[in-house]
Amino acid sequence: MPKVKIDGVELEVPAGITVLQACELAGVEIPRFCYHDRLSIAGNCRMCLVEVKPGPPKPQASCALPVADKQEIFTQTPTVQKARKGVMEFLLINHPLDCPICDQGGECDLQDQAMAYGFDRSRYHENKRAVPDKELGPLVKTSMNRCIHCTRCIRFATEVAGVEQLGATGRGESMEVTTYVEQALSTELAGNLVDLCPVGALTSKPYAFEARPWELTKTESVDVLDALGCNIRIDSRGAQVMRVLPRLNDDVNEEWISDKTRNAIDGLRHQRLDRPYVRTKGKLVEATWDQAFAAIAAKLNGLDGSKIAAIVGDQCDAESMVALKDLMASLGSPNVDCRQDGAKIDGPRGSYIFNAGVRGIDQADAILLIGTNPRVESPVLNARIRKRYVHGRCPIASIGTAEDLTYPVERLGAGPATLRELVDGKLGFFDKLKDAKHPLIVVGMGALAREDGGAVLAMAYELAGKLDAVRDDWNGFAVLHTAAARVGGLDLGLVPGEGGRDVAGILEGCQKKEIEAVFLLAADEIDTTKLGKAFVVYQGHHGDAGAHRADVILPGAAYTEKPGIYVNTEGRVQVGRRAGYPPGDAREDWAILRALSERLGKTLPYDTLHQVRARLVAVNKVFAAIDQQAPGAWGPVGKPGTTTDAPLASAVANFYMTCPISRASRTMADCMASRAHLMAAE
Amino acid sequence: MASLDRTARAFLLSELLAGFALTLKYMFKPKVTVNYPYEKGPLSSRFRGEHALRRYPNGEERCIACKLCEAICPAQAITIEAEPRDDGSRRTTRYDIDMTKCIYCGFCQEACPVDAIVEGPNFEFSTETREELMYDKNKLLANGDRWETLIAANLHSEAAYR
Repeated sequence: MPKVKIDGVELEVPAGITVLQACELAGVEIPRFCYHDRLSIAGNCRMCLVEVKPGPPKPQASCALPVADKQEIFTQTPTVQKARKGVMEFLLINHPLDCPICDQGGECDLQDQAMAYGFDRSRYHENKRAVPDKELGPLVKTSMNRCIHCTRCIRFATEVAGVEQLGATGRGESMEVTTYVEQALSTELAGNLVDLCPVGALTSKPYAFEARPWELTKTESVDVLDALGCNIRIDSRGAQVMRVLPRLNDDVNEEWISDKTRNAIDGLRHQRLDRPYVRTKGKLVEATWDQAFAAIAAKLNGLDGSKIAAIVGDQCDAESMVALKDLMASLGSPNVDCRQDGAKIDGPRGSYIFNAGVRGIDQADAILLIGTNPRVESPVLNARIRKRYVHGRCPIASIGTAEDLTYPVERLGAGPATLRELVDGKLGFFDKLKDAKHPLIVVGMGALAREDGGAVLAMAYELAGKLDAVRDDWNGFAVLHTAAARVGGLDLGLVPGEGGRDVAGILEGCQKKEIEAVFLLAADEIDTTKLGKAFVVYQGHHGDAGAHRADVILPGAAYTEKPGIYVNTEGRVQVGRRAGYPPGDAREDWAILRALSERLGKTLPYDTLHQVRARLVAVNKVFAAIDQQAPGAWGPVGKPGTTTDAPLASAVANFYMTCPISRASRTMADCMASRAHLMAAE
Repeated sequence: MASLDRTARAFLLSELLAGFALTLKYMFKPKVTVNYPYEKGPLSSRFRGEHALRRYPNGEERCIACKLCEAICPAQAITIEAEPRDDGSRRTTRYDIDMTKCIYCGFCQEACPVDAIVEGPNFEFSTETREELMYDKNKLLANGDRWETLIAANLHSEAAYR
């Protein structure tokens, strides 16, 4: 470990890091624009100049200079300060003074650093450079006059997002960041460009001019629009969510979030259920909570438990799920299911979580994707796989129909038959997996949410056994979910009990009139036409498919409006927090179920959120370990049997609209239109 | 003796005459009162009165919704909402000042980078109801149009000191 002296303080730092990183370890702030922890080093902004001894008698760019033993680094000398002033003055030569109308104002690196390190006046009287704005799609607004050519956006698009569509033309003052061909970026991570841009050249289009950073209330929470559970910060003003930003968590999302996570929030303002409704004479009529509960009680009282069923939606918090589970148990109904898509998962915990964890992807040295398209199911996870690919020596193969994943993938085939061949060792990729120390088998919902899902799961289990992928020091069996509530639901045991029916069974029962009442807890992804003549209670936050069919609607809260616990696909328990209150008469979901239970004469034994959470821990101990990830119990899973020839297509057909929130979002509709336009052009 | 002196002064009305003399003296001095509202005292060009939103000479509103006035207002009397106008420029959709909260400190006009919000020379805007003191964007722009000449002159005379 080299020993360096930073501003007179001696420090031992890891070998191979840069001078800038060493200074950070020493707690010395070095201003920078182009350097970013997760991108390659460009060294073109020159803001990070420091003096280094021994070395040439001039300031050096610390971001691109490796540390060496016995190096002396000076960050506060007059030379360095003068150099920073000079660089700042050059950067500001062409930077417009439009901070008051710039959306980056108040959170701008250039603004802050000009205040801290810059010169207080300009000596430049010539005209500023004018650059035409570029079109980067419906999410990123450009104002290229403000660009300082740090090339962070180019490096992000090329390295992390894996779309080589951004680049620079020209040199020096005539350099322009551009897409070469005028077109939207075809990536699901475009929103991160806005966070990366140190100035206001790239800003958020949906959020344009809406608010200033200082007027927003910041709430740290968890995303539920995909199963990865990205850590987010919700910025709200009053009751309205203005924007969503990523929160740093190297174990989950590093510092990226997908475009859906970031921009679907305008869906929270439309199509909301803000009061109870009761269907009278075929029409949904506004009602009070009392009337709604009375209507439910009139139907349920005296009804046999086996004729009642409940289906849990994809974005429910664990609190409401445990309340529903307890309510159904007290009503004597075994017909509960949290697998709306009919996924054939009901084994030990190890068979339904991403055992390796997101960090495990970095460790994997051969990856097999079965029936999944991570690019649309979880773009941030896909970026992690891409990061592993870029690192090298990690063959990746896929069984399924996934097209462009932003990294090269060996396509073994589309159907379960290919998986059979692979398990039997008839394909060349089997040897690559066998040779790998840390083989990773990613099974998607496309492989499990089908009639023969159990057989496919059994084959994946067999494969894991043959590869010795599940052992004490490595668990390479990974299920990639598409629903944020799924793992939590399975952990709480929201699956059919003894003699109970699953989703398909419930729908069949509805048509045969064996099920007379169905409770939909924000469940919108089922075929509601199959609910027959059953009495349907819908509790949720959006007027989507479920609410459309419902006989009684109970308005609940969306994920930004309630404190809730969510378990991501890795099995990591994360806590979401409330950023604002739900609209109108809507209430927190577990509280609605608690109130309903009292009305039905089966009062649930908890009155506070604290008590509900204690109940969660009583049902499953994993809920006590917040933000921790560990492989689950392992054992034989699936039902070996015959498979069909149908290809293992991804469970997500359209990335931009997967849930009631994103379906209600105008921004997401714009993104879809833009992507369709792009596809047509190709 | 003292009572005789007091009695003589009372009968000779000397105190009354002294009073009349003072009054008479002031009759020939210059007047210090003004006949408000027909006459008004002089106002400094720095006077901070009723708010106004100004326009450019071509009629375009100056305010660019940077929200600096909203941020600096110590009484939190200003509320602004903004969105892109049809031509893509940054404009307010709402600019409200609660005149009952305002403390007339003048920070808003100090903060404004485009001299849009100003505290004009008008101090006669009392109302009969509180509601009338919740100013919206239209009212503020109307104020600007009405007082523009005076405001511009004031700003011009103060320009050298800012």
